[in-house]
Amino acid sequence: MASISTRSKPKSQPLKPQARRDLIHGIVFISPWLIGLIVFAAYPLISSLYYSLTNYDILSPPQFVGLRNYIDLFTADPLFYKAVGNTFYYALISIPLNLLIAILIAMLLNTKVRGLSIYRTLFFLPSIVPEIASAMLWAWILNPQFGLANALLKAFGLQSIGWLTDPSWSKPSLILVGLWGFGGSVVIFLAALQDMPRQLYEAAEIDGANTWSKTIFITLPMLTPTIFFNLINGIIGAFQYFTAAYVLTGGQGGPAGSTTFYSLLLYRNAFSYFKMGYASSMAWLLFAAVFVLTLLLFKSSGRWVYYEGGDKN
Amino acid sequence: MAPTTFSTRSSGAGRTKPRDSGRVAQRIAVYVLITALAALFTVPFVWLVSTSLKSPAQVFVVPPQWIPNPFVWDNYPRSTTFIPFWQYFRNTLYVTVFNVIGSVASCSVVAYGFSRIQWRGRNTLFVVLIATLMIPYPVTLIPTFLIFRDLGLVNTLNALVVPSFFGNAFFIFLLRQFYMTIPQELSQAAKIDGASEFQIFWQVILPLTRPALAVVALFAFLSNWNDFLGPLIYLSDKENYTLAIGLYGFFGRSKTEWGLLMSAATIMVAPIVLLYFFTQRTFIEGITLTGIKG
Repeated sequence: MASISTRSKPKSQPLKPQARRDLIHGIVFISPWLIGLIVFAAYPLISSLYYSLTNYDILSPPQFVGLRNYIDLFTADPLFYKAVGNTFYYALISIPLNLLIAILIAMLLNTKVRGLSIYRTLFFLPSIVPEIASAMLWAWILNPQFGLANALLKAFGLQSIGWLTDPSWSKPSLILVGLWGFGGSVVIFLAALQDMPRQLYEAAEIDGANTWSKTIFITLPMLTPTIFFNLINGIIGAFQYFTAAYVLTGGQGGPAGSTTFYSLLLYRNAFSYFKMGYASSMAWLLFAAVFVLTLLLFKSSGRWVYYEGGDKN
Repeated sequence: MAPTTFSTRSSGAGRTKPRDSGRVAQRIAVYVLITALAALFTVPFVWLVSTSLKSPAQVFVVPPQWIPNPFVWDNYPRSTTFIPFWQYFRNTLYVTVFNVIGSVASCSVVAYGFSRIQWRGRNTLFVVLIATLMIPYPVTLIPTFLIFRDLGLVNTLNALVVPSFFGNAFFIFLLRQFYMTIPQELSQAAKIDGASEFQIFWQVILPLTRPALAVVALFAFLSNWNDFLGPLIYLSDKENYTLAIGLYGFFGRSKTEWGLLMSAATIMVAPIVLLYFFTQRTFIEGITLTGIKG
């Protein structure tokens, strides 16, 4: 995190001319962002909270309905629960899986393999492929009749899978598609591994540590800040998971609602049914969930995230 | 340049003398495993290009052909006329280029204000900036849409361009981290020579931070070239479509024309892959910077 020092300047005194000039310059320089903050963050944040308390179909002015939308979400909308369930399913499986495989690949790459930059490119490239292109490609690979995935299964004498057309396989399919695009975290973990001080390992080797114990007692603890960062990003990303699911199901979230993720349902309420108020209340519940989870993670981080020298910048 | 430099570390090449056979076996296992994994990541690309060169009849051959026989190059010109490809391409380029310009211009100025000038309230506002990174986009999506509707910008490409001129918290954060590493003495020296704050920014700081600006430009390019949700929400007329949303329409209409679809997808992916090969270092450094220094 950024270093934020609390300089105890005397606050009540009038500013000296230099300090005044600096203040004005500072504000002028950040003014584009400041305007953006008000127009594209503060105002939308407050007004979406207001909209969440209204019925609003865009055409007629919003009607205040109190907590009605929130109550409806929890008591009268089975799709809401379905979407929450789907989103948690996706997050709980894809985030740990991504982390695990990314760390494994980064560790393998960190063993002084030859041709490192070629391997790194191969793992990284899928992550910058436009999601629409990767979704189209995977729709084809996972095609039940002619797709590559089932051809491979058949070659190994296994049964074909319905993939995206089968409600019990649709989410695992999407997790697979997501796995293909996680090369960014491989690069991050690899860089973190390459940054690690050699002395620690040398000291451990003198004490007779083998590869396994070095991994468990040195590498993993030293990686915890990076794991933490990727975990937070993963959670925020999973809660907003949208494009691949939208493209691969034609915006329907099927089959049988099995890929109706939270953001997909929110989008549909807002821009297909024009229930802006209802969608806004979904958005605020999402915001609250992300906020609480991030807060809990930060609170817990003291216990499992290891920062070199106490507090790292 | 950033402190993290990457080399393939060839220094260890001569060191792998077979001290004992266990060690050699371990090395072999590592190579087998990492090559198998890399192959898994590469196969979809090969399949993409392979399918893009097949006729409909070849596409449905069981078991699948890896190398099309013959190569059907015709898919490429056909996929660019099947949809108004060049118009989508122009629209995408418009959005992307102006986003790059907007992001670099606004974020470099704002980052300067957050790092090279000391002023009361700066750190508080910087915390606010970091906090905005945590706002999920669905929360601001609807009101932002309504703002653009009131401005008459819905269904125009400018709805996708305008926000970039007001800074992006992530890019500002990234640039600020860079600016902080430049010694304050440089600014002071320039100040003694009578340079204004803007001159210092323009003549001293900007030239020194070109690599960081390249990272911002690259990321802005990538995220807009790839953006799907923005165009989905803001663009309704076909003539305004970007490639992402245009391809989606194409995909929805012709679900079985896999050869055509894959060639269109390949054309959209190709610039990104090319860009990667030309700017690999910037890419990797950018990812690394945002990832571990965060």
